[in-house]
Amino acid sequence: MKKIFTYNYSEMNRILLSIIITAATTGTSLAQSDSSLVKRIPADTGKLHLNMDAIYNRPFLQMDKLPVSIGGYLEANSSYSGTDGVTEGLSFRVPRLSVFISSTIKKRIKFLSEIEFEEGGREVGIEFASMDIELHPFLNLRGGVIINPIGAFNQNHDGPKWEFIDRPISATTIIPSTWSNAGFGLFGKYAYHKWVWAYEAYLTNGFDNTIIANDKNRTWLPSSKQNTERFDESFNGVPLVTAKTAIRHRKIGEVGLSWMGGVYNKFMEDGLRLDARRRVDLFAIDFNTTIPRINTCINAEWVWAIIDVPATYTQQFGNKQQGGFFDIVQPIIKRKMLGWEKSTLNIALRTEYADYNVGTFKETGENISDHIIALVPGISFRPSQLTVVRFNYRYHWETDLLGNPPSKTAAIQFGISTYF
Amino acid sequence: MLIISYPMKRNSALAVLSFAIIGLIACQKMLPEAPVNDEVLDGPVDGLSNSENARFLAGDIAFNDEVFTPEKGLGPYFVATSCGSCHAGDGKGHPFTTLTRFGQSDSTGNKYMKYGAPQLQNRAIPGYTPEQIPAGATSAKFTPPANTGLGFLEALTDAQILSNADPQDTNGDGISGVPNYIAPPAFFTPKWYHQSVGGKYIGRFGKKAAAIDLLHQTVNAYNQDIGITSEFAHNEPGINGIEGIYADNVSDPEVESSDVLNVVFYLRTLKAPVQRDQGDAAVLTGKQLFINTGCAGCHVQQWTTPFSDIGALSNKTFYPYTDLLLHDMGSGLDDNYTEGMASTAEWRTPPLWGLGLSKNSQGGKYFLLHDGRATSIDAAIKYHDGEAKKSKDLYNQLSETEKQNLIKFLESL
Repeated sequence: MKKIFTYNYSEMNRILLSIIITAATTGTSLAQSDSSLVKRIPADTGKLHLNMDAIYNRPFLQMDKLPVSIGGYLEANSSYSGTDGVTEGLSFRVPRLSVFISSTIKKRIKFLSEIEFEEGGREVGIEFASMDIELHPFLNLRGGVIINPIGAFNQNHDGPKWEFIDRPISATTIIPSTWSNAGFGLFGKYAYHKWVWAYEAYLTNGFDNTIIANDKNRTWLPSSKQNTERFDESFNGVPLVTAKTAIRHRKIGEVGLSWMGGVYNKFMEDGLRLDARRRVDLFAIDFNTTIPRINTCINAEWVWAIIDVPATYTQQFGNKQQGGFFDIVQPIIKRKMLGWEKSTLNIALRTEYADYNVGTFKETGENISDHIIALVPGISFRPSQLTVVRFNYRYHWETDLLGNPPSKTAAIQFGISTYF
Repeated sequence: MLIISYPMKRNSALAVLSFAIIGLIACQKMLPEAPVNDEVLDGPVDGLSNSENARFLAGDIAFNDEVFTPEKGLGPYFVATSCGSCHAGDGKGHPFTTLTRFGQSDSTGNKYMKYGAPQLQNRAIPGYTPEQIPAGATSAKFTPPANTGLGFLEALTDAQILSNADPQDTNGDGISGVPNYIAPPAFFTPKWYHQSVGGKYIGRFGKKAAAIDLLHQTVNAYNQDIGITSEFAHNEPGINGIEGIYADNVSDPEVESSDVLNVVFYLRTLKAPVQRDQGDAAVLTGKQLFINTGCAGCHVQQWTTPFSDIGALSNKTFYPYTDLLLHDMGSGLDDNYTEGMASTAEWRTPPLWGLGLSKNSQGGKYFLLHDGRATSIDAAIKYHDGEAKKSKDLYNQLSETEKQNLIKFLESL
């Protein structure tokens, strides 16, 4: 994951660390004198939740009369990988430490933030920081740094929720998860018997020219994450529109449809035209369910991206992309294991695909490749629902633009992730 | 949730744990194996020192991983965004990366320099319109060549190359073979093995042998293919040939000299392609047919390098199947465009080594000859004419089996 917020790095680090240390030490000292003062607020599992609820539906610690709740999660991994016979050896990584701080400011007015420390703290980012005002359960106003609701993974990305160490390829390279921006919007839910329906719609800042001018040598939406100015001002003055609707049935599962689109390039400056207005649009469908009785969990997402790349630019940069993932997780044992009650052992398989350049060469009329196919079998052990110990074997085939024989990469991965 | 009986659960747990343990132990076995050495074109020559390996690696990164963007000086007009874009796996290029040159139809020079010649930058960064071939200018398309083994060719002396030249066809074999003498750029420094004729030097690289050495080739590629300035080429490719009219916000030079020189070192030390199936009967038969039909008259099989400043290139015998000379290939391959002193029908003999691996860098198909027009080896042979007409006629007289053997030999290179 790339840098989201870098300016005033050291100052910001100090402030954030002060907040966290203060909150943590306060909680610790209180807990040492009276543990009942620290109340764990578990994630709500009783209601019909949608992916959009993932932001709030997290475990928090409430400390006595402190007006805020705090939570977070940690991910730590190790990987032994190699490509076409060249091994990178064994390496260890802490990709992220996230801290959540939430507060109910007043009845029907809430605040939540997610601050992420990546790569051992070298990169610090505000992934989410918004205030929600509930005017009606079906009409809520949200403003601040918003996670754009495109697909499901972008909003529901917490490490401890997943049986796989790496984030899905399509959800991080076509949808640039975690993708958040400054903006405002509305959301709401409506529940009826076993159904719940919801919508979200936001106007935010968005992408920039780097999606077709980057060192990946392909259309690469995550490049815009480098632009921290997007939390301060729009790159081109045209808002990025993101809208999602989702419906869940208690037994059938959840289906979400989402769209995110806007102009990505700087087409005018100081009143002078520099280029045509060029759009980027993403459409995504997501689905998740748990098959009754056998408790098999299925989680899938597919995204299409359409990017207006100038016809006179190079076809190296695709104007269409698509990809998705299909996860299947099967609990095989759920009982007391190693002294932990209700711990679970799962087997899992992820199948994923990302095509960064859908189309044909002008010169030959033949297919442009530039795609990745990956298979990720895995085993996970959950001593509780808050913690996962994961073992994955990743194998992927990456084919270049021309469709030459694919390079093959495999990785044996071990990792942990836990809420705290 | 518990749907599995306890003994089955225990067995499952044991199976899963066993799988995990075996997986950990078998880490190395679970990773993809390296492709066989003779099946890939990239990789260094044998015998580089540790410091030379480090420099090779630096050049590899600059060549294959450095991607230029407008913020790094790309364009405004360009053909590709990186070196590696045109030379996948260090092999031959694809029609997608084929470039166009225009404006010169005889040895008196290019008459269209003020219109952006010699190279057409057929792509542009957003907001700009790519160059167009001006009316009246002739042009030719050039498919990127493979990079492998170039250091061996550069290490040869001019005297060695001239030993195969026969401009007057004194031996009467129908093959003349002439060097292309090129006016050197200002940054060119002659080596001990270069021979000047009227201030010009023998070109060795490029379809028309218009580049004297790999620095010459590399600097031109950065500048003309990517639109990048360097210490060696100070100006952006001009808009319609007017240099200096375009100024971007990137300070010049846009690429460090160390990167350029590392790329040159990388190109010099890429290994030579390794022939496969050398003992195969059909390949051996095909090789003899290759000689008998006179193909080896231009596609000279064997060379030996003299001393080189890179030890791994010194006194090495190698098999490129080229004489690095120009030959008249007949009217069918005459695009009415040329470079240096070459006539429009003359082309430098392309090395044939690595030919059989071309499909692995050209998207699974052959795009052969200077512009990729031949989509099979058979078609490429049949396009030969001029000095190669005699060999082509002999090839056409072969039986189908003999043709297949000859092609199998060529595919083994």
